[in-house]
Amino acid sequence: MRALPSNSFFLFALHLFFFVLPTLILLAFPLPSLSQENPYIVAYDHNLEEPGSLEVEYFSTFGTQRGGSDFHAYWAEFEYGVTAWWTTELYLDGQTTFGDSTIFTGSRWENRFRPLKNEHLINPVLYVEFENTNGADKILKEVEGHDVESDYAVPNAVTRQQHTREMEFKLILSSNFKGWNFTENTIATKNLSNEPWEFGYALGASRPLAMKGAAHRCNFCAQHFVAGVELYGGLGDRYSFGLHNTSHYLGSGLAWNLPSGWTFRFEPTFGLNDNSHQFLLRWGVSREFSGFGSMVSGLFKGHGE
Amino acid sequence: MKLYQFVIAIALLFTGVVAAAGPQESPKQSERESVYAELKKVPEKYLGKANPLANDADAVAAGGILFEEHCEECHGKEGMGGKKAPSLRAEEVQASPPGAIFWVLSNGVVRKKMPVWSKLPEPERWQLVSYLKSLGAAATESKPPAKP
Repeated sequence: MRALPSNSFFLFALHLFFFVLPTLILLAFPLPSLSQENPYIVAYDHNLEEPGSLEVEYFSTFGTQRGGSDFHAYWAEFEYGVTAWWTTELYLDGQTTFGDSTIFTGSRWENRFRPLKNEHLINPVLYVEFENTNGADKILKEVEGHDVESDYAVPNAVTRQQHTREMEFKLILSSNFKGWNFTENTIATKNLSNEPWEFGYALGASRPLAMKGAAHRCNFCAQHFVAGVELYGGLGDRYSFGLHNTSHYLGSGLAWNLPSGWTFRFEPTFGLNDNSHQFLLRWGVSREFSGFGSMVSGLFKGHGE
Repeated sequence: MKLYQFVIAIALLFTGVVAAAGPQESPKQSERESVYAELKKVPEKYLGKANPLANDADAVAAGGILFEEHCEECHGKEGMGGKKAPSLRAEEVQASPPGAIFWVLSNGVVRKKMPVWSKLPEPERWQLVSYLKSLGAAATESKPPAKP
């Protein structure tokens, strides 16, 4: 991969790409619908996107870095419900390392499949993702293998030269019980070059602040807030499976699902050992649009519905 | 393949998936019937389940708001049916016990595009049941999908 130029025009274009493109999409489709999102940023539950709905999301992670410069990593996410049992997502990643540079770090294509027809006590979802990123990617969307803080201290000029093409698989086991959601994600990743399988995990629990809907319209009712915690980290690789030389994080988050279709998430996260970043501040904003599939289909057919 | 080429390829693929596989087509008559048929598959223990919010004065109003937020897009205003999903005012739905409607809400009809709504807490699902039952049956004709 060719190194991208690091000049002011490129920085301007990059920010335009990450912030303006999602904003234009948000403004272009006036069909918002209320989403009921959990506050997880890393863990996945078994709730897929509603069929035909598009969720446009922007997420941001500020991370502290010992032995290097702090960073701000961000990604745009386009999540579409193809059917009630299949959700597909496109990610575009970037990061700014303070005192270094701002760069585009790659993209991911993710698919989640719900194999069982009905709701069960434990609901499996199969997750398959293809990543095409460079070594400077810092979004920490998952932690796997022997990912440690010191990996992130290397200057962007060096890490951007490393190409990563990976297949990532997850088994998501999730339950909704008495208003609570409990989820467990087992992660297995294979770099398509000659690297060993790497493993990781993510656990989450969340609950709305109120179980019943209010009998009046409101933005600040407790039912619109979902609080949760998530714990995630690496489990080594095929040759050295376990907790040795791995990093782990614990985050406590809150999601605010507005009736207008917007969702805000906020999650302070703390590293649990010396291999972890000491602190990550993660937040995101998203908006869900129902009827997006119908509209796009209408465009391709040459008429709207 | 260069990075930007890959991004363009993935973006096109994503757009293709949205355009080709979107649930934009109106359900056929048989699909609507099969959604109603789901009510006949409800396990015995749910058929006899009473709505715990049946005497809650706010349940219908709250259910109405939840319906507008989550269901109206597909099932139409006041559940009269839409382009994507059948009427909920049909006799098949209105004559069903509350527990049966609750079960379909909780499990969805995943193969027929009806999402699983277990992500809503149980009391909210019962509020939706209260609202649906309050609407009562209405003469709704299941029309075939509109021709292009």
